[in-house]
Amino acid sequence: MSYLDLFLSFFQIGLFSFGGGMAAMPLIQAQVVDRHGWLTMAEFTDLITISEMTPGPIAVNSSTFVGTRIGGTLGAFVATFGCILPSCLIVSLLAWLYFRYQNLSYIQGTLKGLRPAIVALIASAGLSILTLALQGANGINWLGALLFLAAFLVLRKWKTDPIYVMLGCGVLGGILYPLLDKMM
Amino acid sequence: MRKKYWTLFLSTLTISTFTFGGGYVIISLLKKKFADELGWIEEKEMLNLAAIAQSSPGAVAVNASILVGYKVAGLAGALISILGTILPPFVIISVISLCYTAFRDNVIVAAVLRGMQSGVAAVIADVTVNLCGTVYKETRALGILVMLAAFSASWFFSVNVLWIILACALFGVGRTWVLHRKGEMA
Repeated sequence: MSYLDLFLSFFQIGLFSFGGGMAAMPLIQAQVVDRHGWLTMAEFTDLITISEMTPGPIAVNSSTFVGTRIGGTLGAFVATFGCILPSCLIVSLLAWLYFRYQNLSYIQGTLKGLRPAIVALIASAGLSILTLALQGANGINWLGALLFLAAFLVLRKWKTDPIYVMLGCGVLGGILYPLLDKMM
Repeated sequence: MRKKYWTLFLSTLTISTFTFGGGYVIISLLKKKFADELGWIEEKEMLNLAAIAQSSPGAVAVNASILVGYKVAGLAGALISILGTILPPFVIISVISLCYTAFRDNVIVAAVLRGMQSGVAAVIADVTVNLCGTVYKETRALGILVMLAAFSASWFFSVNVLWIILACALFGVGRTWVLHRKGEMA
């Protein structure tokens, strides 16, 4: 293992993963499991589970996880830096172009076509999380549904900071789900 | 200016700490913070930045924070928001990687996360309702139609996000061209 290998592998993952989230998974697997053997397939599966349980993009989580396991904190830093460097360069360039040329009518028109699509993609992502939250071991998870409705009402009515709403749901879930399991 | 940098750093840091479930969650939270609460970015512009973040390589969350930072305070802002976005997952994963099986199998952790799923879904639902209103105000029925088409493509037919983005971009270009032609004829 060399730090350069680590950097280059995650640089490629950062550069070639388009579309975000799960789209990056096969790329990460190819580099980390198949090519370099840094993780076994079982460890890689654990990594996906942990990524879903912790905040942050899966590509960033993977680079920190793999980096730490094979090269300590320095390894984690090198891998994470490699992973976000392509984004930093390309997106900064795009940002500069966007703020410079955003008033051109064709750019305006393109963005006008894209805005509804982005709303649709946000809705679609939200719906997949909701389906996950409402799935019970046998049928509908009523507690999940109740928490969702309560959180939605609180957000609509009082415009509460979403972070408090998510934290509140987490605390309630942490107390109520184990209680519910005991009663069953 | 220093206060602005600090707010930018703290905002991206807290948002990133609570971003479970991928790029669109962070976009919803960024919109709430920077458009609704701070008023630093217009709602429409937030969607433009989201579109650019989605069509660039790399993690959508990282790309979106770079764009938001750049918009708020230029290149320095972009660097600050990258740092704010990367730090929480970096620290959390570094710690967890030392004892990850205990974390993965912990009952309370699983229950808290399960509760948070409902909260995340509610936040996204709330943002979606507001954004549907924005789209309708801007482009009326046509915008809603594009939105429904993009949603069906993504949800029912699992079409790759990049194709959806490309199709809608082409639609936007085509529409501009038609409008220009009409303008020239009149």
